[in-house]
Amino acid sequence: MSIINNRLSKEQYEKNFEDIHPAFENKDAALVEANRCLFCYDAPCMKSCPTSIDVPKFIKQITTDNIKGSAHTIFTSNIMGAGCSKVCPVEKLCEGACVYNLMHDEPIPIAKLQRYSTEMAMEKKWQLFSRKQNTGKKVAIIGAGPAGLSCAHVLSREGIDVTIYEKEKLGGGLMTYGIAAYKVTPQFCKDEVDYILSIGGIEIKYEQELGKNISIDELQKNYDAVYLAIGVGLARQLDIPGENMEGVIDAISFIYDIRNSGFNKVSVGDKVAVIGMGMTAIDAATQAKRLGASEVTMLYRRTKEEMPCTQVELDIAMLDACKIIWLAAPKEVIGENGKVTHLVAEKMKLGEPDASGRCAPVATGETFTLAVDMVIKAAGQTPYQSLVTTNNLENQNGKLKVNHSLTNLKGVFAGGDCVNGGREVVDAVQAGKDGAKAILDFILNV
Amino acid sequence: MADIRSNFLGIKSPNPFWLASAPPTDKKINVLRAFEAGWGGVVWKTLGSQVKNVSSRYSAVNYGGHKIMGFNNIELISDRPLEINLKEIVECLKLFPDRAMIVSLMADNDKNSWHELIKKVEDTGAHGLELNFGCPHGMTERGMGASVGQDPEIAKMVVEWVMEKATIPVITKLTPNVHSVIPTGEAVVEAGTNALSLINTIQSVTGVDLDTLVPNPYVAGKSVFGGYCGPAVKPIALKFLTTLAQNEATKKIPISGIGGVSTWKDAVEFMLLGASNVQVCTAAMKHGFRIVEDMIEGMNNWMDEKGFKTLNDFIGKSVDNIVHWEDLDINYHHIAKINQDKCIHCGLCYIACEDTSHQAIDLAQGKPYNTYSIKDEECVGCNLCQLVCPVDSCITMEEHRVAPEYINWVEYQKRGLPLNDH
Repeated sequence: MSIINNRLSKEQYEKNFEDIHPAFENKDAALVEANRCLFCYDAPCMKSCPTSIDVPKFIKQITTDNIKGSAHTIFTSNIMGAGCSKVCPVEKLCEGACVYNLMHDEPIPIAKLQRYSTEMAMEKKWQLFSRKQNTGKKVAIIGAGPAGLSCAHVLSREGIDVTIYEKEKLGGGLMTYGIAAYKVTPQFCKDEVDYILSIGGIEIKYEQELGKNISIDELQKNYDAVYLAIGVGLARQLDIPGENMEGVIDAISFIYDIRNSGFNKVSVGDKVAVIGMGMTAIDAATQAKRLGASEVTMLYRRTKEEMPCTQVELDIAMLDACKIIWLAAPKEVIGENGKVTHLVAEKMKLGEPDASGRCAPVATGETFTLAVDMVIKAAGQTPYQSLVTTNNLENQNGKLKVNHSLTNLKGVFAGGDCVNGGREVVDAVQAGKDGAKAILDFILNV
Repeated sequence: MADIRSNFLGIKSPNPFWLASAPPTDKKINVLRAFEAGWGGVVWKTLGSQVKNVSSRYSAVNYGGHKIMGFNNIELISDRPLEINLKEIVECLKLFPDRAMIVSLMADNDKNSWHELIKKVEDTGAHGLELNFGCPHGMTERGMGASVGQDPEIAKMVVEWVMEKATIPVITKLTPNVHSVIPTGEAVVEAGTNALSLINTIQSVTGVDLDTLVPNPYVAGKSVFGGYCGPAVKPIALKFLTTLAQNEATKKIPISGIGGVSTWKDAVEFMLLGASNVQVCTAAMKHGFRIVEDMIEGMNNWMDEKGFKTLNDFIGKSVDNIVHWEDLDINYHHIAKINQDKCIHCGLCYIACEDTSHQAIDLAQGKPYNTYSIKDEECVGCNLCQLVCPVDSCITMEEHRVAPEYINWVEYQKRGLPLNDH
């Protein structure tokens, strides 16, 4: 047992990481589904989308051969509509609300139709938006993830020049660095960022990190407003003995490596334990398996009833033959020569509902041991608490406190994961729109 | 099992489903395939003087992802030599003696031409003749087809010529490209036609190509008005049919119903409104001759369920159920009801009523599902909500009579009863 890379052939990697939600093969296939759409009024799908995409309208536009209009409808509400069509947990959003579910029929494949229109727009480089006359105002945004890009695009349309400061080498944030490679490819993420920037008026300065080479003070001085879209990034610690041993890695870093290196460069254990049952845990477990791990076991301290991931996501893990152990919490990592050899876990039972409303896991005292050589921690992410505190930003456990996107600092706004603690890409896009609206009110009307 | 054998003017066929005069009946090979598939009869594609066809010949109107809601053709009468057609008719008759063989005719506009053509066709042993007074394109410019059917005097004259000569039953096929089929219908009945058939195709332009800007069907950068048929024209055909079935002169002779018949249900509807049999073309051109299998079985099962033993038991049964507006019962009122257990909250009833009708549906906001219910006092009973609802039997129309007795508009006015209570 050991943690090694290059476990598979090139062909195996390609097969394992091919697009899990393939596009429609042709126009006719899209039309069959588009024509099924009932064109609901005050549509449940639209109301279930955090960015309120007018789903019936964009689908109707596919049926009338108005793909340009369809893409415009989507991007007007969600400038990352292309990426969201690949990464949104639509089963609990638009598609989950589709009225066909109530007729015990398959819902309209909204995401797939959204992908159809948006990918065509990106491929053909349709410029669907124009900038209003330049206002002479400038806004700085920290973070080129979904919230930052969404905010930037709205502001640019309104004639404001935007500079985004991004600590990584590429834009897209978690879309680029934090999502399973079989959902979006690095090339797609790059294309999507380029497409968003093609409106003009948005400059991204890469490898610029808050607290290192930029400061809020400085930005406040040089810009009419500042928008913080710094996300969350720190993996929650397990706080158990042996956590610092070689072979214990957090899911975010693991996924980041997969997205940044070639598949054959990323090392993975032979027997891997994944802690957690959120979307990131699933992405880590399935990708560990797809990189060649012979056995992947997921541990979750509650039951299937309380799991944060959707059934669709769980199904991906189960189809990848990941083992699931419910009601189990990590207790200790055991190793030899500083390298992981075993994970000791404690059996849990459900107690009274806790602050989250879910039944709290309660330790039973009974333990069991798994022979593993790698432990991936995916027990949630924590906000940049010290970073925001040192910048005098009001926060709650690191999550920024805002009032209509405005922080406690003058002209400094915030949104996305750094405010909500980490939600879907689509939530961040909406936060970016809300932030832009607040900024526009602030700089144009004050 | 019900008996669906048909007897039209003494012309017998095992079922009332004939193929209309059109491309599917232009050649022996097609007709034999049709008979093998089970069709009761055919009306052989129109014979007349030699013509030349162009390409393209067809175009269509698609709707909501479904192909050929309406179909359009610019084809002329048979472009094959008359002698070959006559020879093939004889061969088909010999191979399938139990099927109806009608031959459609469109001779040049003189008595001798008609008489010569009739003689040649009767020599084949065909069972009947159908006069094509309806073709709306190509032949009209030569004073034939619809230009005969549109002028009662000319139609009457031609039928008189035909009846002088014909010894087998004569069906006159009418054009719908008129404000009413009654004047021509009455004229040809007076001239002695043995039966009527309708409708022929309706003049149309099915669309314009948005790249080339040329309407379709496309012929070297140009197009021409064509004849429209298929499911889209069925309601128009049923209306014309009913007017014939209700007219004192025309209802005395049998009518063969044509126009968008695609299923056994369509056929039953035509027959309930007075057709003795039906003729089919577009549906066969879309799906092939095999569709007749379900037409036969479906009609049979329906007749068994309704207790009809022969076709005559139900032919014309609905004719009297279409009346003048003035005869409708004004005291009849019904109100829509939404079954909340079946409702899928699509809101289509609401937006249709709110935007375009009587604001009679209440919307209670929900996330993501709104609740919709009928405001009884605002509902005029128009059916719109029920028509747009995608769920079967979710919206029903519940009877709420204003008063128990029947009262029509004339009587209503006489009594000075209140108007515009909505």
